[in-house]
Amino acid sequence: MTDVHIIGAGIHPFGRTDGKSGLDQGIYAVREALADVNLEWKDMQFAFGGSSAAGSADSMLPHLGLTGVQFINVANGCATGGSSLLSGYWAIKSGEFDIGIVTGFDKHPRGAFNPDPEASGLPRWYGDVGMMLTTQFFALKIQRYMGLHGITPITLARVAEKAFENGAKTPHAWRKQQVDAQTILQAQMLSDPLTKYMFCSPAEGGAALILASDKKMRELGLGGPRMLGAAVRTRVNGSFEVFSPSLDVERGPSPTEIASKAAYAIAGVGPEDIDVAQIQDTESGAEIMHMAENGLCADGDQEKLIADGETRLGGRLPINTDGGCIACGEPIGASGLRQVYENVQQLRGRADGRQVKDAKIAYSQVYGAPGLSAVAILGA
Amino acid sequence: MPTAAQGETLPPIASRLFEVAPDGPHLLGGRRKSDGRTVFPMPAGGEAYQYEPVRLANEGKLWSFTVQRFRPKSPPYAGADDEASFKPFALGYVELAGQVIVETRIEVDNFARLKIGMPMKMMLVPFGRADGSTVSTYAFRPAQ
Repeated sequence: MTDVHIIGAGIHPFGRTDGKSGLDQGIYAVREALADVNLEWKDMQFAFGGSSAAGSADSMLPHLGLTGVQFINVANGCATGGSSLLSGYWAIKSGEFDIGIVTGFDKHPRGAFNPDPEASGLPRWYGDVGMMLTTQFFALKIQRYMGLHGITPITLARVAEKAFENGAKTPHAWRKQQVDAQTILQAQMLSDPLTKYMFCSPAEGGAALILASDKKMRELGLGGPRMLGAAVRTRVNGSFEVFSPSLDVERGPSPTEIASKAAYAIAGVGPEDIDVAQIQDTESGAEIMHMAENGLCADGDQEKLIADGETRLGGRLPINTDGGCIACGEPIGASGLRQVYENVQQLRGRADGRQVKDAKIAYSQVYGAPGLSAVAILGA
Repeated sequence: MPTAAQGETLPPIASRLFEVAPDGPHLLGGRRKSDGRTVFPMPAGGEAYQYEPVRLANEGKLWSFTVQRFRPKSPPYAGADDEASFKPFALGYVELAGQVIVETRIEVDNFARLKIGMPMKMMLVPFGRADGSTVSTYAFRPAQ
């Protein structure tokens, strides 16, 4: 089987772009990616694309060119971007295609989503009494984790502080204003122990990556990080997921833990080999728990690692170097691809002002409701 | 705080969600016939035949908790309150030993009292709906 490389990358800045549709932000990202490698849309043999709230991804076609290309719309919740990437990876690895593009964009209304109990297979009373909020799930998961593993609120605040600090150095980030840990800690409490600065917000943006086989890359005289491994996994019995009126007494692994193990096995590397990581930070607690779920540290070690600055730029393992979801927002279709875009920039030495020195292996993980995780590991 | 007696005389928020026994109210779950896995609530619809109803323990231990500090969006939230009159409420999960961990609203006078692992007891409480009706729903409170 052939190796798969990410030879080109493009992004439309995340955040709020009034007057510009989600689709236009996606098209912008695709054109940026093509321009990155001096290729044209007609050179693309396949496309996988996703958007959750901004229309069908293949609506890009009339704007980019009706070339007859195989375009497949991908919808996999918050892990849509990671799922598009995995689809493109397999398309080339199988030997069926030499070059193609994965893309995603979105534009969400402001504020939290209005969930519908029936659409989630839940009884109406569950929504009636005020227990159907994603914010509660995140709070409940980190609250228990903090109780079991000795994580304290200042660590939650430090994660958000780092996100804003990195966002301030990132052209594609949304939140570029630094906020100190004490301000974050004392801000309005939304769902204990999480304050408003600790949560990411729905946002807008687009991202695109061009994938090619090893042979095609060399033919074109191009280069780019190699995809060492990628995996998507869904929940098993005993995992703790959003909108769960009950949980099994016998606890099981999270979808992130099993996706992570699978991706490491495919890549033939371990957590100790990772130089830079982008992991799902829907809120501060998620980044802390995902550090352990992705094998990057043991449960409870986060308290000291974060206090010592080990996950900041310049630390031993910089995490969410572009500010993550907390500083970039979370446009569902694009979010997972934004993580990989950032890793590509890091491995190509193009992350000006936030470059991780000598980064050779980069890790990304996107998690989404109702319980799935997508992991990709890249090598320089 | 609402009293248990108030909750027990009102119409329930949903049928077959809980029942009142001599030792107080109990939630009703479902036990899967094939492997004994217990879930809450008792499944309805197409998969219900795979489960038998089971009366769950009405005491357990606090597994996790949070406080809902802002009024949830409507829909789906159906409370009679508005932005101005909304009062933050606690909610969380209570582990019923050997059965299942259930999500529940929590009745507590001081949120700071809540600690993972503390003993909890089930009760029924009134819930005022936006349509003007009042029904009973379930909650847990610290046992001591």
